[in-house]
Amino acid sequence: MIADHLPALQVVLPLVAATVCAMVDRRHVAYVIALLTSFAMPLIAVALLIQVLDQGVISYAMGGWEPPIGIEYRIDVANAFVLVILSLVAALIMPYAARSVAAEIPENKQAWFYCMYLLCLSGLLGITITGDAFNAFVFLEISSLATYVLIAMGADRRALLAAFQYLVMGTIGATFYVVGVGLLYTMTGTLNFADIAARLQELDIETSRPVLAALAFITVGIGLKVAMFPLHAWLPNAYAGAPSVATAFLAATATKVAVYLLLRYFYTIFGFDVVFVQHPVAQVLLILAVAGMFAGSLIAIFQDNIKRMLAWSSVAQIGYILLGVSLINHTALTGGIVHLFNHALIKGALFFAVGGFALMAGTVRISQLAGIGRTMPVTMAAFVLAGLSLIGVPGTVGFVSKWYLVLGAFEAGMWWVGFLILITSLLAVVYLGRVVEVAFFRDPEGGAAKAIEPPLSMLAPTWILVAACIVFGIDAELTAGTAMQAASVLIEGLR
Amino acid sequence: MIEAIPDLVHHYNHWVSIFLMVCGLYIVVARGNMVKKLVGLTVFQTAVFLLYISAGKILGGTPPIIAEGYEHYANPLPHVLILTAIVVGVATLAVGLGLVVRINEAFGTIEEEEIFERGEQE
Amino acid sequence: MNVDALIILALIIPFCGAALIPLAHGAPNVRETITLVTATGLFATVMLLLREVMAGARPSYSVIEVTPGLEIAFAIEPLGMLFAAIASTLWIVTSVYSIGYMRGNNEPRQTSYYVWFAIALGAATGIAFSGNLFTLFLFYEILSVSTYPLVAHKGNEEAKRGARVYLMMLIGASLVLFLPAIVWTFVVAGTLDFTPGGILEGNIGPIATGFLLALFAFGIGKAAVMPLHYWLPTAMVAPTPVSALLHAVAVVKAGVFTVTKVIFYIFGIDFLSETGANEWLVILSSIGLLAASLVALNKDNLKARLAYSTVSQLAYVVLGAALASSLAVVGAGLHIAMHAAGKITLFFCAGAIYTASKKTEVSQLDGIGWRMPFTMAAFFIGALCVIGVPPLGGVWSKWHLMAGAYEAGYAPVVAVLMISTLLNIAYLLPPVIRAFLMPPTDGYKGGLKEAPLASVGALSLTAVFCLLLFFYADAIRGLLAEMLVY
Repeated sequence: MIADHLPALQVVLPLVAATVCAMVDRRHVAYVIALLTSFAMPLIAVALLIQVLDQGVISYAMGGWEPPIGIEYRIDVANAFVLVILSLVAALIMPYAARSVAAEIPENKQAWFYCMYLLCLSGLLGITITGDAFNAFVFLEISSLATYVLIAMGADRRALLAAFQYLVMGTIGATFYVVGVGLLYTMTGTLNFADIAARLQELDIETSRPVLAALAFITVGIGLKVAMFPLHAWLPNAYAGAPSVATAFLAATATKVAVYLLLRYFYTIFGFDVVFVQHPVAQVLLILAVAGMFAGSLIAIFQDNIKRMLAWSSVAQIGYILLGVSLINHTALTGGIVHLFNHALIKGALFFAVGGFALMAGTVRISQLAGIGRTMPVTMAAFVLAGLSLIGVPGTVGFVSKWYLVLGAFEAGMWWVGFLILITSLLAVVYLGRVVEVAFFRDPEGGAAKAIEPPLSMLAPTWILVAACIVFGIDAELTAGTAMQAASVLIEGLR
Repeated sequence: MIEAIPDLVHHYNHWVSIFLMVCGLYIVVARGNMVKKLVGLTVFQTAVFLLYISAGKILGGTPPIIAEGYEHYANPLPHVLILTAIVVGVATLAVGLGLVVRINEAFGTIEEEEIFERGEQE
Repeated sequence: MNVDALIILALIIPFCGAALIPLAHGAPNVRETITLVTATGLFATVMLLLREVMAGARPSYSVIEVTPGLEIAFAIEPLGMLFAAIASTLWIVTSVYSIGYMRGNNEPRQTSYYVWFAIALGAATGIAFSGNLFTLFLFYEILSVSTYPLVAHKGNEEAKRGARVYLMMLIGASLVLFLPAIVWTFVVAGTLDFTPGGILEGNIGPIATGFLLALFAFGIGKAAVMPLHYWLPTAMVAPTPVSALLHAVAVVKAGVFTVTKVIFYIFGIDFLSETGANEWLVILSSIGLLAASLVALNKDNLKARLAYSTVSQLAYVVLGAALASSLAVVGAGLHIAMHAAGKITLFFCAGAIYTASKKTEVSQLDGIGWRMPFTMAAFFIGALCVIGVPPLGGVWSKWHLMAGAYEAGYAPVVAVLMISTLLNIAYLLPPVIRAFLMPPTDGYKGGLKEAPLASVGALSLTAVFCLLLFFYADAIRGLLAEMLVY
């Protein structure tokens, strides 16, 4: 039955499709392959989510090798949720990509762009779905290598520098992760997540320094991928330099997956007690999260390049997500997880709109976008609505995230954290307000004056995301409800 | 203090790995030349490979063959893992070197400082 | 027709209008007809609801539960009904006035102006009818955002600066203070529903109550409680009908309405006066009330003077709510109505003066009364209404406020209110005196030179409202008094 092999298909399909893209090397064929594969992804992911909600955890033995020796794909509510986020973004991005890629990437490289995109997607899905520590590393590297290439395809030559910078930092991060996994392996003799978790319980972790070293290595390693402050230095350059489609895709997905992996280690592998009760990981994380929130938002205010501005805003948003983790209660964790999804929607929509500016007005600099709100009102309206979500205005998804986070902060007795969250929201008003002011209250000039609305293939995905920002802001039962379940699953562990 | 020494010596494989790791990291941080950075990165990765491989080794152990006379054999799993990791490392190096070639074409140099001095970084 | 469905109708009408107006972008007459029809439709719906509410009905409608505890729900109670009635009535008048003003001054981007205006009114209706704090907050933010383009309407540097201050202070206060207050309320009370008698009693200590009240009072930036009043004078760069919207129809009224509603339905006046957590707010609003009047006295720019007068009058309402006595709360509700009628008249007059003669300063008004007799007569009536002189509506609200202060045991507040009335006279009557009693300085020869008919008609109508409110105040009082029975 094919339904039994859905977990494998989820990862293998894009992997095979990527190879086919590389072999045919025809841009139109590659596009069609990428499009069809991307459309198939949410079908599989949603089927998996439904199955998980119905029947509980799915365990899939890759290649028929039984865990813990073989590689296990293990899907519970938490990663099924992340799979759905990833695949939905993928399915929306491909229709959008056609025009943007055609304009931004040289013709002979377009097939490779789609190949790399599919590899990256496959890697991200793999990290999410796998139940094996080393397998996660391999997928991490697949997605990372593809990402470096995607970034380097940016039109600006500075993209090359950004890609190299990210390659160095990303590799260090991944290697740290491997060190951590190696230490865990030496102590437990297994690589299966569930198995490691079970054997760690038997160890006296307090006296077992390798395990603590492993925790540190893994946190830093994944922290680099998450772009946790102060390990975020690669992110703004990478997002600013990459082609618009790649930026939108990465902003909506890559860091989310890394956060998921971090959550997996904190909650299900090392366990709540080790990480949060016996060691002050939460306190450290809290400080870093708050620092990231402020640094990201403040620096975003002074950016002229919108892509770079939004990239810094991502640093801040990652801070919110980590804050949800570090407040160590159910409500806040729900807020963090739901913000994974919500931020994917918001940033996806924002970067889609910016991709429209890049294509039609030929610039993403705020100073050159004067009057764009009058020449491209539909795109700009999408930008404004997504921006309001980012700020966290009620009736949008951003508010739902912030509600849970602030509520979690109050429940944790740290009301001042709640205030800090909201003060950074205010900074978002400032950096987004600058764009709005220039776009609407200045007369169009330069490229912006001649710009027209982008084609429907770009507007439709943008507006679907914007609509989702509002719909899930008004009826959050689906998103917040799932996030709540995911939070419960994580806190309870793999028992 | 004295009792701890045999412990430290016994884990000399860790010390070697740590030394190599830090060397590699230092090269990455201290060198502006991008190729040298990649060399450092590779040293760093290789150090971790050693950590794994040495952990799987058993003193006096034989290769992992299931047959009579092979009772103490080395753990094969870390070795297999590292085969994969080596492939990943090679791929990373290839992408890295590819990027350096492109950077050289675009900027005419592979020295980080020279590029930064031109104000290319925002 | 189902009464509950009327609520939804009242909310949908303005947003539908906002959606239709851009379709008539090229045809100003059609566009303005849509605006007027929408305004009339809203007015009619609200009046139908008012009739039901007067008859004792308490319609409510729950739309959707966003997440557990956060519900978009509407429930009409007397205070909200009153606010909706004021806003919808004044929208019609303001629309008529806008047509005259916008055309008379050849303002740019009129279509987007009418769109944002309609959205703002929809938001105000949502605030009025909200059944819990979350719904109120939702529409509160929609109101902030939708009025931002109106304030920035002129598009010049000054307007952009004013709009920036406006948005930052309102959104800023609401996000950083109001929202935490809501979260805090939810954490301690477990609900956000507006409940007569409040939901906090027994859940929170007296000191914490004082802090929570502070979060609400300052967080609701639209109430312009000093020292968070700064946005209001800054926003005077907006076109006059927008100022009317800000000062009389929706924005600041939404602010003081929210404060009153929170004090009455979240804290509960009995709980508040028992804990004494309201004392600081009584003192602060008394000080604010006098200070704003003194500032108004020194402003030569007519609109700035009116803006500070608004700050002062808003402090009356906040004071009334903070006194936490039944008479004072009724006084606060009444004052929302009376001040709306009076202040909108004054602003319309200021705008009409600007349209007809481009004069903006009080010192330029010498002798203008003979050129614009209708406008200046209306100004006189509006001023008297705000001051609180019979036979104009303002007298009733001040009466209730003073009685309420006495009832709550704050005798000095009665004195404050009296002094403030004197100050009102001192800053509101000079324009009238100059207009009618001083000789013209700009070579005026005689003859009428009024603003366009739509403007003058609108301001005369609101002046009549000021008069009518004196005679029909008891109906409003009766409506509000029903609040107290629970």
